Amino acid sequence: MAVVFQRTAGLTDAETHYCPGCTHGIVHRLVGEVLVELGVLDRAIAVIPVGCATLAYDYFNCDVQQAAHGRAPAVATGIRRVLPDRVVFAYQGDGDLASIGTAEIVHAAHRSENITVIFINNAIYGMTGGQMAPTTLVGQKTTTSPLGRDPRLAGEPIRIAEMLAQIPGASFVERVACDSPPHVKAAKRVIRRAFETQLAGEGFALVEVLSTCPTNWGLEPVDALAWVRDHMIPYYPLGNLRDPKKDAAARGGVRPEE
Amino acid sequence: MARVLMKGNEAVGAAAIAAGCRHYFGYPITPQSELLEYMSVHLPKVGGVFLQSESEVAAINMCYGAAGAGARVMTGSSSPGIALMQEGISYLAGAELPSVIVNIVRGGPGLGGIQPAQSDYHQSTRGGGDGDYKLLVYAPSTVQEMAELVALAFDKADEYRNPVMIVGDGMLGQIMEPVEIVERPPDPALPPKTWATTGTRDHPGSRSIINSLFLKPEVLEHHILDLFAKYERMREREVLVEEYRVEDADLVVVAYGTTARIVKSAIAALAAEGVRVGLIRPITLFPFPAESLRRLPDRVANLLVVEMSMGQMIDDVRIANEGRRTVHFLGRTGGMIPLPQVIADTVRHILAEHHAGDVPHVSVGDEKGGR
Ligand SMILES: Cc1ncc(C[n+]2csc(CCOP(=O)(O)OP(=O)(O)O)c2C)c(N)n1
Ligand code: SF4
Repeated sequence: MAVVFQRTAGLTDAETHYCPGCTHGIVHRLVGEVLVELGVLDRAIAVIPVGCATLAYDYFNCDVQQAAHGRAPAVATGIRRVLPDRVVFAYQGDGDLASIGTAEIVHAAHRSENITVIFINNAIYGMTGGQMAPTTLVGQKTTTSPLGRDPRLAGEPIRIAEMLAQIPGASFVERVACDSPPHVKAAKRVIRRAFETQLAGEGFALVEVLSTCPTNWGLEPVDALAWVRDHMIPYYPLGNLRDPKKDAAARGGVRPEE
Repeated sequence: MARVLMKGNEAVGAAAIAAGCRHYFGYPITPQSELLEYMSVHLPKVGGVFLQSESEVAAINMCYGAAGAGARVMTGSSSPGIALMQEGISYLAGAELPSVIVNIVRGGPGLGGIQPAQSDYHQSTRGGGDGDYKLLVYAPSTVQEMAELVALAFDKADEYRNPVMIVGDGMLGQIMEPVEIVERPPDPALPPKTWATTGTRDHPGSRSIINSLFLKPEVLEHHILDLFAKYERMREREVLVEEYRVEDADLVVVAYGTTARIVKSAIAALAAEGVRVGLIRPITLFPFPAESLRRLPDRVANLLVVEMSMGQMIDDVRIANEGRRTVHFLGRTGGMIPLPQVIADTVRHILAEHHAGDVPHVSVGDEKGGR
């Protein structure tokens, strides 16, 4: 009988603490599968954030460093500069990356640190109980925007992928979503490309993943997926913004070093 | 290497490289920038990595990553920059990562000034970040001593898996003195860093995890008790102190860093008049050389603490003194430096006019008298 699905060796056997319908778990699996398929799990080092994914040191089946809130790109930089032949990735939420850690992510991209960043945009602070994030949509109710996000007070939601794509050092930037099986499959291909960018030494790669937080959105898991499709994707369009391959093609197929 | 004339900040860099440091992350700030500049020139020459970070916050977290990956790593700054690093220093202590952090202290609070000060004693010894933790803190008083303590700091950081801080006032960073930098590779007795996150292929069957989160209170308490057992070992083994002319002293001054050198000038002047004054110079601020104070002869009724601050180390002196002797204070702050003649005058005043039971003499700023 053919095996159609099995656990990935990229994750440990630990049961995750994520809420039912939370897509953190799906993204963990995709990252784990990609590390295994690329044959780099045993030289991978994960840097995990402060947020719901803090406990991912129990889940990613590789060496892990837990970073202070927002500082994962700086921690990953330190590791990368000591161990240039390892595979270093940061996994960060939207409070972590898009709020408290904006300086660190912008400058890691700016230096084109040869790291891969998986950025979970669930439009809310999950771990602390559903406060407004920089990515919270206009009108979206959270515990700190009880009447819905008011852009006059809190600004418009921040589009991290587009912002970082402006930086010359941001070699690979793409936004994906986890709301449907085709999107999940596409997300895996993109995560793989982001790691391949690092393996080719092509510099900073970031994948923004539109993710769910049914618990703090106050939605059933299935409705949460629909909310990503109906509300998040229209504001956060999916697609590639930067790819070394594309950029090389745009320059006539010649990379600077060639 | 022969003795060469070097700025204190540069000597720190040279000593770090001679001790096997190959990674430096930092951000410019007066009066410490020469260290950053020195590292940018010299680390690449030995195959090391110098990286100017976007902030001190990033610098200390780069240290965290590099230390967790097993490297000998250093960062440096001056007071406001160290304040920004405190979160990261707490994480280093919590995750038990070795790093060397250099603080060339300037006057505060806030942006303060850029002249020498000792007003970061609390920030260095009291755990400036969150939680129950300690750093091993060295306070050199000459450029040569600073170079030697930097080398020692790397070994001690590795031995205890703890951040170690070098505290020098701005004067020590800027002054030029002859110094001999000795190659001092890592102590071969140090255990290999099997805990480092270098990828599981280096340690098959186990994962290295660098972490300071312990959600279960009973587990966190246990972790902190382990940390404090470590700090207790430091108290037993790592105290460094200079005791100068204390045996026959009538009064003993307690001072560290550059201030202690000024005190020695005052002691020499007083000795010429037949006034016998000793000096206790803590070289480790943590662990504090409390025993040196307890051991003083009974005839010493008065201690005079001299600091370039409003009085921070004096807290540790009082704790160690346990009320036995009267603790007086002389302080200049904000970048002002106590003059030898003022110190000598203060000693004369205390010895001539202070009687048991009187309130201690305290003078701060340019006040001539006490208050
Ligand atoms: C310096 C600091 N500030 C605040 C917190 C509290 N905190 C923990 S998690 C978190 C937000 C995490 O949200 P996000 O990054 O969106 O991740 P999610 O939980 O949604 O996956 C905050 C603010 C902290 N741990 N440290
Ligand atoms: S709180 Fe939200 S982000 Fe966190 S585990 Fe639950 S659903 Fe996921």
